[in-house]
Amino acid sequence: MAKPMAAKPIGAKKIVPTKTPMAEQPPAERIKNFDEVPYGYTPEQAIAEAQRCLQCGRPVCMLGCPVNIHITAFLKLVADGDFRAAVNLLKETNALPAMTGRVCPQEQQCEEKCALSKRYESVAIGRLERFVADWEAAQGPLPVPDLPPPTGKKVAVVGSGPAGLTVAADLVKMGHHVTILEALHEAGGVLMYGIPEFRLPKAIVRREVEYVCRLGVKLVKDFVVGKSATIDELLEEFDAVFVGSGAGLPWFLNIPGENLSGVYSANEYLTRSNLMKAYRFPEYDTPIARGRRVVTVGGGNVAMDASRTALRLGAEESIIVYRRSRDEMPARVEEIHHAEEEGVRFMLLTTPVAIHGDEKGRVKEVECIKNELGEPDASGRRRPVPIEGSNFRIPADTVVIAIGQSPSPLIPKTTPDLKTGDDGVVIIDNDTGKTSKRGVFAGGDVATGGATVILAMGQGKKAAKAIDEYMKTGQ
Amino acid sequence: MYKILKNQALSDTTKLMVVEAPRVARKAKPGQFVIVRVHELGERIPLTIADYDREAGAITLIFQEVGKSTMQMGTLDAGDELVTVAGPLGHATEIENYGTVVCVGGGVGIAPIFPIARALKEAGNTVISIIGARNKSLLFWEDRMRTVSDELTVCTDDGSYGRKALVTQPLKELLEARGKDIARIWAIGPAVMMKFVSTTTRPYNVPTIVSLNTIMIDGTGMCGGCRVVLDEGPKFVCVDGPEFDAHKVNWDILLSRLQFYQEMEWLAVERWKHQCALDSAVEAAKR
Repeated sequence: MAKPMAAKPIGAKKIVPTKTPMAEQPPAERIKNFDEVPYGYTPEQAIAEAQRCLQCGRPVCMLGCPVNIHITAFLKLVADGDFRAAVNLLKETNALPAMTGRVCPQEQQCEEKCALSKRYESVAIGRLERFVADWEAAQGPLPVPDLPPPTGKKVAVVGSGPAGLTVAADLVKMGHHVTILEALHEAGGVLMYGIPEFRLPKAIVRREVEYVCRLGVKLVKDFVVGKSATIDELLEEFDAVFVGSGAGLPWFLNIPGENLSGVYSANEYLTRSNLMKAYRFPEYDTPIARGRRVVTVGGGNVAMDASRTALRLGAEESIIVYRRSRDEMPARVEEIHHAEEEGVRFMLLTTPVAIHGDEKGRVKEVECIKNELGEPDASGRRRPVPIEGSNFRIPADTVVIAIGQSPSPLIPKTTPDLKTGDDGVVIIDNDTGKTSKRGVFAGGDVATGGATVILAMGQGKKAAKAIDEYMKTGQ
Repeated sequence: MYKILKNQALSDTTKLMVVEAPRVARKAKPGQFVIVRVHELGERIPLTIADYDREAGAITLIFQEVGKSTMQMGTLDAGDELVTVAGPLGHATEIENYGTVVCVGGGVGIAPIFPIARALKEAGNTVISIIGARNKSLLFWEDRMRTVSDELTVCTDDGSYGRKALVTQPLKELLEARGKDIARIWAIGPAVMMKFVSTTTRPYNVPTIVSLNTIMIDGTGMCGGCRVVLDEGPKFVCVDGPEFDAHKVNWDILLSRLQFYQEMEWLAVERWKHQCALDSAVEAAKR
């Protein structure tokens, strides 16, 4: 492997102020396809970028990582060109680096804490994580580690998203028998149905799922827990159950006209496109509206995903309507930037108040009202206050509602002793994932209401440990 | 993979398929449905469970070949497989002894009304059934319906069999004559039929239940594509239904949403027929 080329100055390290750029598909090109936008680093670029790390004595970057990756050691290994060791180190704490390297909000986590970021650009930790994971995949199928002798204990994992995959991989490596129960026909959860191909190629998700299966985890698809079997029924067959069923219940605005034809929840729009591959209709059977003027409501990552999907489906205009200002947008900076580059139009400080249809019941216009920012609300963000009489209409044939989601009530409704809190989130002990029901653990979006992939994985890790403990000791 | 045990024609465009799905068969109840995918590039379609055999681990699906997916499903034989059969989904019918009940089945809706009528009969109800179709060739299961009904009226729109009438006509006469005795009505069939059944029964104030078959993807409450508007607001057919109080349903929105993909559906059918013609021409030439 290539050794670092740049000569190290003696004494203080020479600071490189900006990140090594990562090549991307040009915006005008990429809105015509669903291929991934950034190409990723070359080995040379990765080494150069990793060398930017100051190797601080007290590395604060690690404090920003929800799964406590030893980031400075990781960067040292990449800088040395030892990618194998680097990926092994990542995988000690993060089973899915190819995904987190792509979808983690690093700018709010490790990279925000990076000592360089006070005056310069932080080290591109996320891009390097992605690089080593992709490098490993390019080396051929992963060897399966030796597993300890079977313990004879059986665990059911409900859902195959980031939390479920993490729990399953950890528990099977401890010698337990693990069965994942997935409601859909493909595993991966939100990684498969929610995040678009151009942000997270599905081949990567499939590769990670396959690996978990090769470890010995049994995957049962088309199994809807709450319907195919209840949690209580699972407990007759399994020693413990982990619920990682995600946050699948889409929110709507509850405004007039929201049930007109052409109004989608973001979940529906993205599931059609991502899981069902509707963008390849009629080769694939599932249709999707190829709207000419698409309005997406919301300011999070899901809204960015939907508005960018609309462009790729051929929209002449893709507009994001968001009730607060840009500063309050919950989406990642990178996603907002990509959406803007691609031509998504932002109508900020704007709230939809009604959707108007034509004589066939199809969307024709979105009526909105302008807002000004008032006092901060409970979330600390300034509250949007409608300006009376500022109503106006945006012509549109497709509307996507991307204002959030909460856990599906299917499992809580059929499990009377499973305690839930606001918006139906399953209440857990944060250190163990224990729920109010004995033998039942939970983590990921079903317990948070909707957070990040990495947080779900972090909770999965903790739950796996607690489940192992519970099955050994009954505590 | 779910093995097909039988796929037989019930009428010109209606097929009866028995498929191995032990998990579904074990839990299925009248009124529930499954999500089916015919092949790996296929869409997810909801189909009502027409019958189930817990011991054999098999369920019966009855479908009309109206779109590309159902047409393709119709071409499968015993021994072939479906790639997805997920369920049982939705709520089961609320079966109890109501007294005298009416079961109305139109077209392919005769299939899902049968297990409901049977369960109502077993629960001690007096079951009056009305089944109908556009013409004789689309009718099926008259014999089965007769075994679970105290009275049965069969009608066709064109008079080619039974009484020449829409199902709403005998229903209206029944309500006129014995409306006070009727505790509850179930109606399953095309959305337009259910809408008119609803209009027919409303003046008589008889609780009327319909089973809605809207466009769905996951069938588990995740996408909301199946939403229907009731008096009290929107509901998801997949998890809140599929049965609803007919008098509360906003039928105009329902019908509009059902037609949303019509042009794309036609395109898919055209493409499929073209492909089939091409395949058989190539086959013939090879022979």
